[in-house]
Parts: sequence; structure tokens; C-alpha cells
Amino acid sequence: MSDTHAETVAFVRETMLPQKAPPASTVGPLGWAKANLFSSYVNGALTILSAAFIVFVLYEILPWLISPTWEGTSLTNCRELLAAAGDDRGACWGVIRERWQQLMFGFYPRTEYWRPVLTFIFLLVAIAPILFAQFVPAKVAYFSALFPFIAVWLLWGGTIWGPVLALLGFVVGFVVFRYASRAIAPALALAAGVVAAIIWWSVITPFVEPDLSRILPIGIRSVQSREFGGFMLSITIGVTAIMCSLPIGILLALGRQSDLPLVKSICVGFIEFIRGVPLITLLFVASVLLNIFLPPGTNFDIILRVMIMVTLFAAAYMAEVIRGGLAALPKGQYEGADSLGLDYWQAQRLIIMPQALKISIPGIVSTFIGVFKDTTLVSIISMFDPIGLSNAIRADTAWNGVYWELFIFIGFVFFVFCFSMSRYSMYLERKLNTGHR
Amino acid sequence: MTTLTDPPAESFKLSMLVYDTRYRAITFQILALLAFLTLIGWLINNTAQNLADLGKEPSFAFLYAPAGYDINQTLIAYNNQDPHIRAAFVGLLNTLLVAFLGCVTATILGVLVGVLRLSNNWLIARLMTVYVEMFRNVPVLMWIVLCMAILIESLPAPSAFRGDDATSSMALFDSVAVTNRGVYVPEPLFSRGLGDISVGGYFEISLDLIAFLVVLGGGIFVSRQIARRADAQQEATGVRPKTWYLRLGAVVVPLLVLMVALGFHLGLPELKGFNFQGGTYMRNSLIALWLALSLYTAAFIAENVRAGILAISKGQTEAAAALGLRPRRITSLVILPQALRVIIPPLISQYLNLTKNSSLAIAVGYMDITGTLMGITLNQTGRELETVLLGMLIYLTISLLISAVMNWYNSRVKLVER
Repeated sequence: MSDTHAETVAFVRETMLPQKAPPASTVGPLGWAKANLFSSYVNGALTILSAAFIVFVLYEILPWLISPTWEGTSLTNCRELLAAAGDDRGACWGVIRERWQQLMFGFYPRTEYWRPVLTFIFLLVAIAPILFAQFVPAKVAYFSALFPFIAVWLLWGGTIWGPVLALLGFVVGFVVFRYASRAIAPALALAAGVVAAIIWWSVITPFVEPDLSRILPIGIRSVQSREFGGFMLSITIGVTAIMCSLPIGILLALGRQSDLPLVKSICVGFIEFIRGVPLITLLFVASVLLNIFLPPGTNFDIILRVMIMVTLFAAAYMAEVIRGGLAALPKGQYEGADSLGLDYWQAQRLIIMPQALKISIPGIVSTFIGVFKDTTLVSIISMFDPIGLSNAIRADTAWNGVYWELFIFIGFVFFVFCFSMSRYSMYLERKLNTGHR
Repeated sequence: MTTLTDPPAESFKLSMLVYDTRYRAITFQILALLAFLTLIGWLINNTAQNLADLGKEPSFAFLYAPAGYDINQTLIAYNNQDPHIRAAFVGLLNTLLVAFLGCVTATILGVLVGVLRLSNNWLIARLMTVYVEMFRNVPVLMWIVLCMAILIESLPAPSAFRGDDATSSMALFDSVAVTNRGVYVPEPLFSRGLGDISVGGYFEISLDLIAFLVVLGGGIFVSRQIARRADAQQEATGVRPKTWYLRLGAVVVPLLVLMVALGFHLGLPELKGFNFQGGTYMRNSLIALWLALSLYTAAFIAENVRAGILAISKGQTEAAAALGLRPRRITSLVILPQALRVIIPPLISQYLNLTKNSSLAIAVGYMDITGTLMGITLNQTGRELETVLLGMLIYLTISLLISAVMNWYNSRVKLVER
């Protein structure tokens, strides 16, 4: 029997119908809303609840934020301005207009504000070759090497010879290392370089500096550490801790992974101790104990003491992050490096570290963000970081009772810094991802 | 014909200490140890000399002198004539209290936010992203101070509760009073209580609490036995008996019996004079610290939870469904055990961070161990070396204990690999 249905089917369509448009409920804004906002009863309820929440918050906050008090000179004056405009409540932005310089620079002399600003611009230039290697000429890296000395001189001022002689110490150490490494083992040459630099700093520098400053008095007005404050202080401490903690952290991580039991236990002990105590106790050590631990008569700068402790703190966390990267590296990489005949430091420098650091980028950046946020803790040992300054501003009778405006401003600046750091880490991850999967 | 012989014994030369890898390791370690010991010795020597110059003999005797200051929020009885060590202990309990409360709320909130961030509801997911980014990128100290400001500024004063035209009223059937001085919640009282027991003459522990914990522990033990019997029965017959009411009853009924036997009732806060009396008083500083630490840490936990859930491949869910498991069982038997393996190690460090961040209590005047031992005791006795070292030691012990407990738990949930 034939398979055709010629007898049973009265009509067979011979041409395809044109495709119909999809139902209106699945395309366009409506379809998107149905799929993403109202896919089920629970989702619909949640959407309505959160939309109501957003509307409520905006309704409460926006009129408060947009208040005509930019010109206010005190809290009472702000209230008068508000009453004149017919509002019963609103932010008092006058405090930001009047005190933003203080929040940025603390008690830094007003005529010298150009110095921190210039340092900040130099900082951006100096980190450019590290952050955006492919867009910036490599020669800028020489400026990056000079930057710490320029920054110290610009911020603290005084004679130029201190930073110059300190820089020359590094040069002397490096030259000695280069010449010595031709004759003796690299480790011994390194030791010789370090000894030469230390001799330069401790013997020659104190001897030469006063004379040099007298003969060629090049210098700018010197600024005391206690005049530092605001975001300038946070950034100074944060950047120093970040820059110094990475190399120390790498060394600690290598020490912790090392085969030498003594080195390993010293590193483990240090890392676990620092990670086990809160930063605030380390800051107490910086403010009251460090002078007891050092030779009698030593009394050095509080900012420097805080920097040392914050750096040690950050280094311990950094070490753990890098250890994670080292552990995540396949064993074959270590064995491959050995089979090429590379020695320990060559293997670390050429094979292990580039890969391990790449794996640990997200962790490193979140440690950076953490350190930067933690610089606010110095307000507890009565240094004037932004939060400390906000208390100081409130102590002024004109601004007694101003909370929100200051907190919103400080929080916003911190948010901008930290959020851009985390976005940069995402960018770097994408850029360095050489596609292993 | 030649015979193989041992290579000629190499005589030891001094240069081998540097150039020969067999000896170099030992050389380096001895050098490192020497440098380390020299550093320690140098520090100790400096310290001894400095202390001698200041005329201070390192001693912990000051811990037994009367403290002479009041602590406004205490878990155990304390008055200003008690020794410094008791003040430090009160502070330690306060640290542990806020750390415990914070860890619990941060976990609940963090898991909720982490799951909601993965929700297919666009608005909810964005809202949660805003929450996470906002809290992660602003310093925790700032949130603590801000929470304190919110509580002081926006809550009603106790006087607002007074009179016929009161502008505020107590919440939850007149049992909780939320004021700008703090929160008053009902306190558990026992009319036929068992009293206290003294430990070593220093601390009293409530026998009621001990009885409560013992009965609770017993109940949980019985309930787990029931579950184990049910498991065995399921293995043998394939049918799982319904046991949830038995298990619930095993925990709840003995507790209810105990509470009736001890004469349990709630002591409600009442407005007397200018302030509330009775009930348990939680100061604003505690609430602000608790709130800020929970919200801040929850943002980090949410990210860990999200990463943990994303780490489980969709194939696992599908395979479990193909085996015929119901959605709840898929979550509890397949997804959760694997996600926990990823989530728990970072969760441990978040708990540690929260505990260490609780030391910021000093910014809002909550008297934790930093505020008592390393704050007022330090200032009153001038013993900065002893107090700070002791404080660090205490924090170190807490951290090591938390990580030991959590690592033990981690090793239990960890999947056993080859």
C-alpha cells in the first residue's frame, strides 16, 4: 500500500508560511522584564519590594543631598539657609567647601599645598610604567626608581642633600655589587654591596651632609610630620606600605616554602604572629613600644614608625597570598626549571615568580585595598587621618554636630580609590590571562 | 681489567661551605639563626636598658592591684575595686561576645546576599552588587563610627517614651525598648534558680546556664542518634522513616521541662524615672560595633559564597537530577558539600578578620580587651610593655583557637580525594 495520504488528506500545503513574530511577551522591554524581573511569583514580589526600597531610599536621600547650603559658614548658618529656601532638613555642604583642603592635606602649611599635589602627580607618573607597561615608554621606569627620594624631599622638605646622599648610598652599593660579583659568589657580592651601602649611610653621610648643606644650601621649607594629615597621610602611609610589603612578602613566602627548616620556622613564626594580632595592637607598638625596643636615645618620627609597622603587617598578608600562588603552580614548572640547570634564584626569577605572581594578582590587589583602608586606624593613636580630622572638625563650635556630610565625603573618596584599584586588578587579570583554559 | 672504586674521598675545604650545595644549606641556616638571635638579643638588650633608665622593672604584679575604673557594659559582675586582671577578663568576654554575635549575623547575611547576587532577578542581583561594593570599598572604622552616629542621632531618647502623649513606643508587645542610649531587651529570669558556682574565687558561673547547656547537648545527642537509626533503616529497607517530630521533640521537650522546673520568666524593661530599668541593657556602642562588623564582613562572605557556588559545575546538578534526587536533596547532598569545601577556608579568615576588627571598639567606647587592658589599664599603670604584649598574646591565642576549630571542621567537610 502506498504511504501517501492522497486519499485521506483533503489538502496539503505546498509552500512554507512566513515566520510569525515571537509573542509580544517574550521580546522587547516587556519580554526582558518578564524573564529578568517577574519570572515567578516570588521573583515578582522580590522585584516590587526592592523597587519600593530603592524609591524609598532615593526619596529620603536625594532631597537631603541636593540642598542649597554650599555657601554655609556654620551649622546654624546652614539651617538659616535651609529655612530661607523652605526646606526643613538638608545636608550642610558648607563644611566640605570650607574644610576640604584640611581633609585632603591635614595641617600642612597652606602655601606649600603644591608639594603634595606635585608628589601625587609624580606618583601617577612613577606607577604608570608598572600599571600600563604596554602604553608607557620603558625609560619612565628610571623616574620610578628616583620617585621615592623625590617624594620624601617634596613632602618633608628641608635640604636636598639628605635624599641625594641616601640615593647615592644605593648607587654605591650597586656598583660594589657589580664589580664584586665578577670576582666572588653572587651571595657574597650582595653582602659586600649591602655592607658598602651601610658604611656610606652610617659613616660618610653624617660626615658630609652638614658641610654640603652649608656650602650649597639647596632646600625648601621643612615640614614636620605632625603637620601631615588627611588623605595625604593615608596615601603616604598606604603607598609606602604597599611598595615595601611586596618584596618583603615575596621573601617571606619563599622562606616559608623553603627546604631549610630554620629559615622556614622563622618565617612561619613571623607570619602567623603578625596575622594573629589586630593591626591596632601593632600601631600601639609603634606609638608606645618601638622606642623601648630601640637603642636608648633613639627617637624617630611617628609617621616612620607607623609606616614600619603597617609594612610588616601588610608583608605577612602578602606572603600568604604569594604562597597561595606558589602552591597553585604545577610541580612540573619547578622540575622543568631544575632540569634546565637554573639555580634557585634564577629559577625563581625567570620561571616561578612570573607565574606565581600572575596567579596571585587578585589576592595582592585585595591586600593593597585592605592596607589602604586600614590606614584609617592611625586615627586611634591620635594621628590626623581623614576620620581623625572629621573628629577635629566637629570639635569646632561652628561645625559641632556635622556627621553625615563629612562621612559621605570621606567614604566617597575612599570608595573611588579602592573601587578603581579593584577594577584595575580585573583589567590586569584579563590582560595577563594567556589562555590556559 | 679495571675495578670500580669509590671516588677518592674529597678533603673538606672551607670554600665548600659557600660553593658546595651540600654544605651551603647548613651555612645559610646557621647564618640566618645567628642573625635572628642577634636581632632578638639586641631588642631585649635595648628594652632592658631603656626600662632600667625609666626605672621600671618588668613585672605583672600590677594586674592584681585594684583597677579603679568602671566598665559600662559587663557580662560578669565587676566593680571598680576589682583587680586589673578581672577588668581585662571582662574586656576579653566583651571581645568574644561581639565577635560571636558578629560572626553569626555576618554568616547569615553573607550567605543570603551571596545567593541573591546570583539570583536571576536582575534588580535584586544589582542591588546586592551595590551593597557588596559599597561595604567592601570603604574602611570598616568609618562604618563603625557611622553606625554609632546613626544610632545616637536617629533613635528616640528615653524621655520620648514617657507620658500619655509619648512619641515613641516599645516594640514587640512592649518588651523591647530601642532608645538612643541603647537597646533594652527582656532578660531571662529564674524564680527557682540554682544559684551560682564560684570558680577559683574569681569568677561565678550560673548553674542555670550550665543546666541549660547540658540539657541542650543531651537533646542534640539523642536527636542525632534517632537520625542515625533512620539512616540505618534506610540503608536496610530503602524506606526512610519520618523522624523530624521525634528529633525536634528530643531537643525541645527536655528544655521546656527544665525551664518550667526552674521557674523561667522574662524580666521586662520598664521606664522608671529618667531611664529604663530591668531587662538586659545593650549599649549603643555594642550595637553599633555589632552592626558595622556584621554588615562589613557579610559583604566579604557574600563574595566567598558566590565564588563557592560558581565553582560547582552545572553537570553536578544535572547528574543528581538524573539520579532522581529531589531539589532539596540535590542541594543538601550534592551542591552544599562541594560548595562548602570551597567556601570554608576563606570563611575562616573572615571570622578571624572580624574578631581582629572588633578591636576597633575603642573608637566607639565599647570596652573590649583593647579598651580595658591596652587602654585604661595601660594609661593608669604606665606599663606599656606588659599590657601591649599581654594583649597581643591574648589576640594571638583567640586567633589560633578559632583557626584550629575551623580547620578541624574544614577537614571534616573536605571531600576525601585520591
